[in-house]
Amino acid sequence: MPNLSYLKALNRAIGDEMERDQDVCVLGEDIGVAVTYATAGLLRRFGRDRVLDTPISEQAFTSFATGAAMAGMRPLIEFQIPALLFLVFEQIANQAHKFSLMTGGQTKVPVTYLLPGSGSRDSWAGQHSDHPYSLFAHVGVKTVVPATASDAYGLLVTAIRDDDPVVVFAPSGALASRENVDFDTLAPVPLGSGRVHRSGTDVTVVAVGHLVHDALAVADDLAGTVSVEVFDPRSLYPFDWQGLAASLERTGRLVVVDDSNRSCGIGAEIVATAAEEMRLTAPPRRVTRPDGAVLPFARELDLACQPTRAQVRAAVEKAVGV
Amino acid sequence: MTAADLYRTVALIRGFEQRAVELVRTGVIRGGIHPCTGQEAVAAGTCAALRPDDVITSTHRGHGHVLAKGADPARMMAELAGRTTGLNQGRGGSMHAADFGAGVLGADAIVGAAVPIAAGAAWAMRRKGSDRVALAYFGDGAVSQGVVLETFNLAALWRVPVVLVCENNGFATSMRPADTMAGTVLGRAAAFGIPASTVDGMDPQAVLDATAEATARARSGGGPTLLECVTYRFDAHHTWEHTARPRYRTDDEVAAGRARDPLEIQGARIPAATRAAIDTQTAALLDEAVRFALAGPHPDPAGALDHLYATGLRPRAGAL
Repeated sequence: MPNLSYLKALNRAIGDEMERDQDVCVLGEDIGVAVTYATAGLLRRFGRDRVLDTPISEQAFTSFATGAAMAGMRPLIEFQIPALLFLVFEQIANQAHKFSLMTGGQTKVPVTYLLPGSGSRDSWAGQHSDHPYSLFAHVGVKTVVPATASDAYGLLVTAIRDDDPVVVFAPSGALASRENVDFDTLAPVPLGSGRVHRSGTDVTVVAVGHLVHDALAVADDLAGTVSVEVFDPRSLYPFDWQGLAASLERTGRLVVVDDSNRSCGIGAEIVATAAEEMRLTAPPRRVTRPDGAVLPFARELDLACQPTRAQVRAAVEKAVGV
Repeated sequence: MTAADLYRTVALIRGFEQRAVELVRTGVIRGGIHPCTGQEAVAAGTCAALRPDDVITSTHRGHGHVLAKGADPARMMAELAGRTTGLNQGRGGSMHAADFGAGVLGADAIVGAAVPIAAGAAWAMRRKGSDRVALAYFGDGAVSQGVVLETFNLAALWRVPVVLVCENNGFATSMRPADTMAGTVLGRAAAFGIPASTVDGMDPQAVLDATAEATARARSGGGPTLLECVTYRFDAHHTWEHTARPRYRTDDEVAAGRARDPLEIQGARIPAATRAAIDTQTAALLDEAVRFALAGPHPDPAGALDHLYATGLRPRAGAL
């Protein structure tokens, strides 16, 4: 069975969609030479007409894509650095996202924003290590964070085909992951559908993006002592609340592992919703970045601001009372 | 486009704004408006050079653009009044009026924000094999926005069929260009190699002639053109000024600015009887527009977030 890397899955998804739909085009910086690999080979296959290397003008080309989308194109924008989302928050949250409602449904803005390498890249310091997916969920922009290669393929395909703006975070912590898959089984993954990577009966660990792999490792470590269910929401907005409720029906205990800053991160929303609406037999726990984290450069400091397996393990043990 | 047609558009916008300002005063239109009174020649002249299948993006002061491009004045007035019969079903209001059927991709309330949107639409239309063009309106305040200057670069670099129309009405809210703008509007265009000229923005025919040249260049693959239309805002930045009365220009100055009135400039070019007939027809049309607007239903609060997602995704409610 072929072995598919996460990055190759992203690349394959874009290529397949460009092949399938002439209106799909790609914009971004250095995408012709594919510095992130996500756009490798696309310029040769589809030409400069559909693979547009842009000047370093993120704000202009982000809204340029909005205009192109309103005129019938289906653009995908690649941003090399997650912090660029702060620069174009106006263009995504205040422009692209609002046009459908403000026009009374006269138009749609099918743009995909792809972040290959979101979160910490290990000592890339303060302005290259952000993971702002919670911001987009907060304003209601569709937001996905795939953890595996097949989900990266399936969610990116779905994002490109979706008629609304969608931000796709591909965590740098997951980019190296690989998966044995039959290419014929690669398929779109619907937004708002979570995935139970491992079934369990004692506690549900909700893990976002690359942290799914950490949660699975902790579940392995604790096997025999604690039965851990690992729930990967895959898409943070919309969120699979029914899937989470079903998991908590089984376990009654909740730990959320979220690479957001603690205040107002998606973890806070998951805990709040579970507390309001779902079955909990013990206080829920969160493992997150600290409040207001700016990731420092030195490796020890960078790592000190990110959720660790030890923290996840401790949270699980607290939740189940062992 | 005859002289009478141009006059009709100017008169339509003038009469529309008079009625809209009155409806703000009486509380029918909530939130206030940014009247374009005095600037009608820019809207009328530019849109007269466009085809029905061309598109525009507009600004917070956009009523004239939307009407000149062909939106129904009655549905536009209903939009301002927040009725379901409005262009945007009451979801957009004055600052976001859009009519995709007429090629109005929407007014935008963030200064300069729609300029790259127009450029992107223009690029997409060309890529789809048509010779349609897009026209972006923006004010003198917008030429100091980074995203606008970035778009000048992109549009020139990729020879995008977009016409860039700067309505220089002398004020970025209360600030004069002399106090906010280093260099000039034309100098910014020159920096990107974009052909540009200054146009008498009080003369609809002059605006039409300049825009016709710019659209011809865009359609034939010549890329963007910038037109700086020098005009004057007769009324407030926003109707809020009618009560707050900030003092950034004197009554004498406004009176001097009003001396050159596009309604009179274009009105003088057509026979008196023709002008009178157009005035009568326009008044009747606009009176009917107001009646239509006031008769429209208010939206059902249960549908407050209808259309938030093109896919029909329903957001969670704010209270259980």
